[in-house]
Amino acid sequence: MSKNNDLYSKPKDNYHLKIVLKSTGVFIVCLLLTFICLFPLYIMISNATYTGMQLTENPTRVWFGNAIGENFNILTNNIPDDAKVVVRRTAAQYSSTFNILSGYLSSLLIAGTTTLLTVFFSAMTAYGLTVYDFKLRGPAYTVILAVMMIPVQVSSAGFVRFMYQLGLVDNYIPLIIPAVAAPAVVFFMRSYMKSSFPLDIVEAARIDGCGEFRTFLTIAIPMMKPAIAVQAIFAFVANWNNYYTQNMILKDRKLWTVPIMVSGVLGFDRYTDKGVNYLCVMLAIVPIVVIYLLLSKFIIAGVALGGVKE
Amino acid sequence: MASVAQRRIKAVSYAKYGYMFIAPFFLVYCFFQVWPLIYTFILSFQGNQSNVGNWVGMDNYTTILFGKGMADGAYATNAGFFKALGQTIILWFGNFIPQILLSLLLAVWFTDAKIKLPGKGFFKVIMYMPNIITAASVAALFVSLFGDSKNYFVNSLLLDLGIVKDSTATIKFITDPVISKILVMFIQTWLWFGNTMIMLMSGIMGINPSLFEAADIDGANSRQIFFKVTLPLLQPIMVYTLVTSMIGGLQMFDIPFLLHIGSITNKDLETVAVFIYQNFNAGTEIQANYGYAGAASIIIFIITAILGSITFYMNRDKDEIARKKQRKKAEKQYKAKMKRGGLSL
Repeated sequence: MSKNNDLYSKPKDNYHLKIVLKSTGVFIVCLLLTFICLFPLYIMISNATYTGMQLTENPTRVWFGNAIGENFNILTNNIPDDAKVVVRRTAAQYSSTFNILSGYLSSLLIAGTTTLLTVFFSAMTAYGLTVYDFKLRGPAYTVILAVMMIPVQVSSAGFVRFMYQLGLVDNYIPLIIPAVAAPAVVFFMRSYMKSSFPLDIVEAARIDGCGEFRTFLTIAIPMMKPAIAVQAIFAFVANWNNYYTQNMILKDRKLWTVPIMVSGVLGFDRYTDKGVNYLCVMLAIVPIVVIYLLLSKFIIAGVALGGVKE
Repeated sequence: MASVAQRRIKAVSYAKYGYMFIAPFFLVYCFFQVWPLIYTFILSFQGNQSNVGNWVGMDNYTTILFGKGMADGAYATNAGFFKALGQTIILWFGNFIPQILLSLLLAVWFTDAKIKLPGKGFFKVIMYMPNIITAASVAALFVSLFGDSKNYFVNSLLLDLGIVKDSTATIKFITDPVISKILVMFIQTWLWFGNTMIMLMSGIMGINPSLFEAADIDGANSRQIFFKVTLPLLQPIMVYTLVTSMIGGLQMFDIPFLLHIGSITNKDLETVAVFIYQNFNAGTEIQANYGYAGAASIIIFIITAILGSITFYMNRDKDEIARKKQRKKAEKQYKAKMKRGGLSL
């Protein structure tokens, strides 16, 4: 008996040990990657609490200082009149480029309206393509699939010149209205509708005398809530982060959004202050990270569903 | 009665509502996407700067591709475009290969039922996080960390650790032509590996678990399972990742464009997207080189189309094609046999 036991227990122990070793190894690698992901963000927050002078003296600060208020005062040009010329010039430069409140408002306005337009009109297009049977339904869907892959850079030269001709440069319209046509979102919503929207409901609504548009608004949209929520999050993040198009269209400082302001700060040649730089980046990053952490469950699930890649 | 009502409803054509529902999408798409694309095409055959609007034929293309042309600096434009194209390809390879390897490894680990990993959800959330941060802010953050002189975090740390001996010989992360490229590759990988990992994970989880079980029972080790089961079945989603990443790589703009200190951009990081942008966005309207920008855009458009079709062509279902061939061959043989049989009769 005992001999038998040995024979069977030995490889099993080995197997267990192997699994434990492997799991530990994987865990350590994951911890390392977590560190790599978080460390730059941690340094950003901790170094925003030092003055530029302190950071030049000793750049490897890994704990928190107490100069965040001072940095914020420079950023908002809230400095005493008898401050040194350098400080005054630095403050004037930062505050004229990085007006955080106006940046937040612009970004929020653009990201908010584009998100609404994208999800509403994408749901509407997907509804039209699924519920109704018409001659051009097949070709229309093929066109949407084909244009999904066209890079935005390819048409941007013509886009900008066209906007100059229409006098729409320094205007939010060319950043907001194009959101109505989002091929990737239509594709996603259509496949969602195909799998979980019974067409009998539309017929039932018709028999009850409900108009077509009302059926869409009061029956289809509530039923598509999960898909709309996921796409709304992605549309918001994508538009909040969209530096390329916004930078092409918005030349006037008063209209600048947060990403353009950050790039403006990067472009300073003189009178820079590392502490204030960190503070600017922090102010730009923190809102989106907070939103992400609150909604991370939906976001991860949404990425896993595929069909989402910028 | 109901059946009468139903029949009446069926008799009504609802096709016009279909057009009404999809009309806004197509109107806006034509106005803001299709026309600009056509207009870019038109601009690529017209002049630059004050010459916009005058037809110049293929001049912009010959200037960009061969360095010939009437304009001053034709050679510089040609060299600039090919430098940008080469750098785009280098930067894309340098970020895609580590990214796909890392993501694949993590995806396999995260979906392996045998590995007990606490905090899996937490790891996923953290690893995806860089992807949602504004690329402009990421560039600013890494510039602040990796500045060239000893006054910046990483160089100062390397000095303290004794890896860099001399405070004047710090590593030029931002300005060195090679090291700055490696930094961009690192940032791109940092931004995207979480996204790719989650996509591949959903791909692996879509594979029938009994296949893994069967392989396990047959005594396959984890490497064999990976190469013989997971990887072949993951092919469609890998192709999708490859194509989207390639198209994304050709569009790479924010990080290479912004990774510099001061107002002068780093020429050694210039990608095709930056080349196009700088040509049509040069100061005032009158200085803009719409012709070059348009021609470069159309070249990129063609490259994108070719890349996409090659990838899909190479990744067709080879077994299916082989089977089709075999079937055809068998059919032919059968026909030939029948013919011969007919003759002998």
